[in-house]
Amino acid sequence: MIEFEQPSRRELLTAIGKAGGAVALYQAMTALGHAAPTQFAGPPKLSGARPGASVVVLGSGLAGMVAALELQKAGYKVQILEFQDRPGGRNYTVRGGDVIKETDGTVQKVQFAPGNYLNPGPWRIPFHHQALLHYCSELGVALEPFVQINLNGYIHSDKAYGGVPQRIAEVGVDYKGHVAELLAKAVNKGALDDTVTAEDKARLLEAMRGWGLLDKNMAYTTSLQTSAQRGYDRPPGGGVNGAPTPSQIASLSDTLDPRVWGTVSGFFSRTMQQTMFQPVGGVDMIGKAFARKLAGLIRLNARVTKIAQDDAGVTVDYVDTVTGKASVAKASYCVCTIPLPLLSQIEVQVSAPKQAAIKSLPYHSSCKVGLEMKRRFWEQDEAIFGGHSFTTQPIGEVGYPSTGFFKPGPAVLLGAYAGGANAYTFAAMTPAQRIETALKQGSVFHKQYRQEFSNGVAVAWTKLPWITSCASTWSEDLRREHYQNLVSVDGRIVLAGEHCSYIGAWMEASLLSAIDAITRLHQRALAA
Amino acid sequence: MRRALAFVLLATAGAAAAQSLGDTTSNGSPGAATTSGEQTYREICQACHMAEAQGGTGPGAAPALAANPRLGDPDYVLTRILRGRAGMPAFAELLTAEQTADVANYVRTHFGNAYSTPITTADVKRLAPPPES
Repeated sequence: MIEFEQPSRRELLTAIGKAGGAVALYQAMTALGHAAPTQFAGPPKLSGARPGASVVVLGSGLAGMVAALELQKAGYKVQILEFQDRPGGRNYTVRGGDVIKETDGTVQKVQFAPGNYLNPGPWRIPFHHQALLHYCSELGVALEPFVQINLNGYIHSDKAYGGVPQRIAEVGVDYKGHVAELLAKAVNKGALDDTVTAEDKARLLEAMRGWGLLDKNMAYTTSLQTSAQRGYDRPPGGGVNGAPTPSQIASLSDTLDPRVWGTVSGFFSRTMQQTMFQPVGGVDMIGKAFARKLAGLIRLNARVTKIAQDDAGVTVDYVDTVTGKASVAKASYCVCTIPLPLLSQIEVQVSAPKQAAIKSLPYHSSCKVGLEMKRRFWEQDEAIFGGHSFTTQPIGEVGYPSTGFFKPGPAVLLGAYAGGANAYTFAAMTPAQRIETALKQGSVFHKQYRQEFSNGVAVAWTKLPWITSCASTWSEDLRREHYQNLVSVDGRIVLAGEHCSYIGAWMEASLLSAIDAITRLHQRALAA
Repeated sequence: MRRALAFVLLATAGAAAAQSLGDTTSNGSPGAATTSGEQTYREICQACHMAEAQGGTGPGAAPALAANPRLGDPDYVLTRILRGRAGMPAFAELLTAEQTADVANYVRTHFGNAYSTPITTADVKRLAPPPES
């Protein structure tokens, strides 16, 4: 049926596009469910700032820096206050020699070899995050493919396959094979007679046969046909012994483990589909590129202590975290991108509803562990090039580098990406305990771990003094009560960042939020 | 439905986080194991509130729970744990009702706090945020 609908939709969209232009076309596409999830319609075209108008931007993450960049283009005098000793915020990469300080004074010194890195926060870019891709292009940030889907990675569940990791291809093919067989049986028993026409029953059976690789008896079985997707015991070769032997399929029951089917279906998530990208050399190449454009405008080590406003403008009190010197920044307007866990503990002169929103939105956390291994054994021994292996253990997954394939020498694995409650259990450990936990749990996939391990680093976001968490956690309930209050322009102040979006913890969220915020702030400034 | 959501998040961790979370992993089995209030405190709360519940330091510091008169109100304690606020994460979907009650009772009876009226799982369920549809 879909095949017959598409041309008519396309014709309709073409007509709308001709009549109403790109915006009407975009809106129509959204209504019809065809548009990409981003709402990016090109960079903001702001101009005509009033002479002498100025903006103080709080925070030099991607939201703050894109706001500063575009407001400067519009004619505003811009300054940025940044709490850390580097610009970029969560757009963050750690390399050999870097120091990570935690809230309780714990210090880690990264020991990775030159060229190796870990992205503790954002690390991958969906192909449809057009705002981020636009700015990467504009700022000259080189991108390369991020291997998100690799069916040669493993799945491990403590409740399936006797706890033995399986290749994702094997379990994925078994899952659809068994489901196809069951559906075919249901059709043949007449169980679907009241919902499927006789004609479609025949077509459905044919589809199940092809999709599930069913045999002539409509059964999913061990065969060379199923092995052509799940892999062989002995793969096809050349010459005298070239004949392949099939691999043994596993049970339906094992595939019904949520870690198993959830991983397979998760690859279809709109934000996880290929092609994904990553910046060459580390995700912080994006923040660094923005910062280069804003040279001289970013004051580092500036801890904001108070934000006030009146008819004349905005006053921001801050303290230099190195010298202890207190200062005041004044501007006509303020774009505040300080994450809410910190902003909620700062005196901010905004309306009561906005204050309530700032205090009410909770954040969640995560922990990533980077393990530098002496060689790429996952490539050399197991033919895994990028992608992930997933587990029910607290580490969540092992992530394989998407760059530097085949290179000799050390490389960095993502040894843990702990979320949910596990993010906090990792944070409560010392860095050495986090690394040991990652080594122990990751060994379920790779027996080479202990022998090849060189050094590691464990970034628990809960323990980072400049954010104490990872990203915002909206619920429908919270959205109803607080979202519009959070994003509204309040006098001369507007908030921006991923917390002011419906996207969540993606770099695209920071950019789209900031672009929308400064567009509204600029309108307010011109109307004043 | 909330438990079902958490289950799906667990299943798809790292591959597909919920829209509301974005690209942050959600693996974390709610109520995977029964733990004592003390264990939950040591394994989770201590990361921010510190070993003696003395609270953290710095701009985003967690407050002290030690000798904290606010802990006298059971609903205050539970609401903070379940919904979070001002830097405190929301644990409604990360801990079971039993774990939540146990850890609340633990902090209310340790670290210089002596509020003996026990919090029950019924209290937890009464104050839990509405499930996501």
